[in-house]
Amino acid sequence: MARSCSCNDFTRSQLLRRGVAVAGKGLPRIEPGMPPPAGTGLDRRTFLLLSAGAALSVYGASMLSPRQFEEGIAQASAAAGPNQPVLVSIFMEGGWDALSVLAPVKEDRYKELRPVLGLTEGSGRVFTEDETLMWHPSATGLAELHEQGKVTVFPAIGYEPQDESHFTSRHYWEVGQLDTNARSGWMGRYLDIAGEPDNPLQGLSLDYSLAPALATETMPVAAVSSPADYTMWANGLGEPISGPALETFGALGALSAPSPAYAQARNASYDTGLVLDEMAAFVKAEEESGDHSSVTYPTGEFAERLAALAAMLHTGMPIKCVSMNAVGSYDTHSGEVGTLSTNLEQTVTALVAFQQDLEARKLDQRVLIQLWSEFGRRPRENGSGTDHGAGGVSFLIGTRAAGKMVGEFPGLTTLDENENTLRTSDFRAMYCSLLEQWFQTEAGLVIPEAASFERPVLVS
Amino acid sequence: MTKAIATNKKRTGEESHSHAGRKERHKRVKKERQHDKHGEHSKRETRRRKHRKPVHHPAVTHPRGSAVVPLPVAPPSPPAPSPAPVPALGSPPLTLDQANRLLWRAGFGPTPGQAEAIAGQPLQEVVFSLTRPSGSAILTGPEPVDEEGHPLDPANAWGEDHCWWLDRMIRSDQQLVERMTFIFHDWFANSNEEVNSQQLMLDQNNLFRAMAFGSFHDLFLAVTTNPAMLLFLNGTSNNRWDPNENYAREMMELFSLGADRGAYTEDDVREMARTLTGWRNDWSEELGNHNFRFDPEYHDPGLKTVFGQTGNWNYEDAVRLCVSHPLHPSFFVTKLWGYFIPSQPSEATLASLQALYTSSGYSIRAVVEAILQHPDFYEGAELVTPPVVYNAGLLRSISRPIDTTSWAWLSANAGQQLFYPPNVSGWDFSRWLDTSTAKARWEMASSVTSKTYPNPWPAEGQPVYSATEDPATALSSALAYWANPLLSAESEQCIAAFAQSCLKEPLADWEQSPYRAMRQNALRMLIATAPDMQVS
Repeated sequence: MARSCSCNDFTRSQLLRRGVAVAGKGLPRIEPGMPPPAGTGLDRRTFLLLSAGAALSVYGASMLSPRQFEEGIAQASAAAGPNQPVLVSIFMEGGWDALSVLAPVKEDRYKELRPVLGLTEGSGRVFTEDETLMWHPSATGLAELHEQGKVTVFPAIGYEPQDESHFTSRHYWEVGQLDTNARSGWMGRYLDIAGEPDNPLQGLSLDYSLAPALATETMPVAAVSSPADYTMWANGLGEPISGPALETFGALGALSAPSPAYAQARNASYDTGLVLDEMAAFVKAEEESGDHSSVTYPTGEFAERLAALAAMLHTGMPIKCVSMNAVGSYDTHSGEVGTLSTNLEQTVTALVAFQQDLEARKLDQRVLIQLWSEFGRRPRENGSGTDHGAGGVSFLIGTRAAGKMVGEFPGLTTLDENENTLRTSDFRAMYCSLLEQWFQTEAGLVIPEAASFERPVLVS
Repeated sequence: MTKAIATNKKRTGEESHSHAGRKERHKRVKKERQHDKHGEHSKRETRRRKHRKPVHHPAVTHPRGSAVVPLPVAPPSPPAPSPAPVPALGSPPLTLDQANRLLWRAGFGPTPGQAEAIAGQPLQEVVFSLTRPSGSAILTGPEPVDEEGHPLDPANAWGEDHCWWLDRMIRSDQQLVERMTFIFHDWFANSNEEVNSQQLMLDQNNLFRAMAFGSFHDLFLAVTTNPAMLLFLNGTSNNRWDPNENYAREMMELFSLGADRGAYTEDDVREMARTLTGWRNDWSEELGNHNFRFDPEYHDPGLKTVFGQTGNWNYEDAVRLCVSHPLHPSFFVTKLWGYFIPSQPSEATLASLQALYTSSGYSIRAVVEAILQHPDFYEGAELVTPPVVYNAGLLRSISRPIDTTSWAWLSANAGQQLFYPPNVSGWDFSRWLDTSTAKARWEMASSVTSKTYPNPWPAEGQPVYSATEDPATALSSALAYWANPLLSAESEQCIAAFAQSCLKEPLADWEQSPYRAMRQNALRMLIATAPDMQVS
């Protein structure tokens, strides 16, 4: 959308109005029979009234007050929500040790390469799709979900040639291609196609900063560290001045930007203004509905964010792609045993609670969780840890995950030229399948050379 | 009265919330007294306008654009070094815009009147005053203290390491020394998350400071054997029996050569790890990690082949081999350039900078001086100001010393806590601002005003804000509060429109003063958080 404006008589509503008018494709459909607009603070009756006759005029907006118009936007976003598929991408930062997460305990070569770190047979659940593999004891929750058919496993995922740098490899996964110069993330490019120009929450980092995989070229996206706490307050500032002040804060983001740095600063202001409204609507809806999760989550920031995410989806927030960092770091060059178990345990426990919560709230049909890491670690341990490796492990979790392993575990008898685990699946094939089977979007619009990758069946 | 209480409550709640999400913090919410401090709105205002040049703000409407600001990277095939001089502006008198940019990028923003004071002086002279400081730094103003007025304890208390350094950024007269220290903290990014000793982090910090303008070879060697680094990248877990590749890889990829340039192979990583073996340290309950030393017994005595050269190399050779690698000078000068200038250096500039770097004996000072005199520094696009620099700059502009330790978590929320970079590649300077960090900068700016904002609901005996201030005066006063920063005309117009329209006339008598105080506070916030203030 055009982002220059004369600021003289500026209000947020005008901004929104212009944004929606310019971006006609962002207009959601409101049809009779749609579910009530959770998250907007509107009751069903108002909603039906609007949807019965006034829906179009909401977007024409000329006959409505600014406030009504804003409600219309919020409501429209919410109405677009309930049937949208959601992808929650969770990054295991640092390169998690695939050979400990799914350990080839029956292989002699494993015992030889991992005299100290090797897991012993029987200490964890057997992996039912390949009984030479065993789940790490801290991943038992994941094993159970797998046995219920809710986990698709990629036991040796990567790309060729595999890069052993954290930053290069992570970047490839984030941008969905082997290009060090690419800037937009793979989910960001999907949102550039499928997103709306007034809805930053469609691409949501539940974190203190925006995940690179969500970086877009044209559509707004958001980072929110704590959804219950997204308010802006200042010393000696209150109503009736604070409202117009925050509107001006957002409005400053719509002015011209003569450089990329300026554009980043302007966009951040503008989007922050939009997110303020959306999060206020969420908190209000939460308070009004009074319903809380029936599931008990473990403690910690990661679990809290997952719990908040379930609640946000429950209230109909218009979220499409979510990015989060799992608990801790997995760059275990030393002291691997303790670090890996602790991080894995906390991450898996929270994820299991999240899946249960989604099921209890009947949201599980529309959410898939993807777990990824930049690489696996070197098969031969270095004492108390492992160095950077290649083939890693990845998971898709969800009621609609196909639940069938993609690519086999290649074993440790044959390693690559750098003594690393071979790869039997490519992360870009995973992305292509997700785009097509989950988001119903042509993969070639997002992933370069999409035609060259297989399409494993990931969604049932 | 009721409203006053409500305001305070809200504030306390808000601060403890923001804080709660992060690690356990020793957060002390303290009632801060409110002072009514009208900035004299002054001659500076007039001067500011007179000096304004639209050079950084051409009237181009930028499309929304990527969320990522591209940064310079060293090319895989750099031009050959050239003895031609690096392009320079010479020594024209600095304009006010140039002065501001220099103070923000080579320091931590101007103190009141500082930009005006150096404007008009010869450019080269001003640059040399930054790059060639004499003697030890002078810290002017009150010593840093916590909320209760106690001296900081940077080696032990959480967040006081951050505030100790922030204080130097605010008060040191050797601004570029602190900025270079800040750059090397990102370049050799170690986090206390893993090092787990604030003292070792401070020791490393002092090393950066002491060697900020010396030879990069010497700095690199010192960093290679620095205890914090030895812990962070497993240097003391790397021995002849179980080589650990952590430092070997990053010293090439991040510190000296760069990834994806064909500068080294995976075999070089493995051989470099063997080269670096031999460092050890002891650990005890009482002393923690200590007694860092090279032990020949732990060193792999065999031949190693690195970059095609074979020898019985050790850690000193490791550093020498990296620095003398043909792709090192282009990496070094481009990386350093990127901290000051967001655009890629031209081929000619890159060629000259490389030659300058090697012929000067890997002199950091020589390259910084060239960068700070380069036309691209003054004529190119803006950089996003890092959160810590933004924080320091706001405090400098209102002359507020360190009197709270809140800056540590406020800055963490904005994306940058000193001594805690996110990983060994440092902070991502291409993505400072998003909806989380922009909100955090707002909170930071509000906290900066906490001791000097006019209270709309003053208690008995406290100053009462003007009940008649007009919008234009209100705006001038708010600009003067921040020592008259340069905003784009568009932004200023937008803020002026708010000043004009935010009071809904007619106001009741009891609303006249409180609402004007609020307007003043809103204006200060809007100026400090305006997109223009996030870039330089």
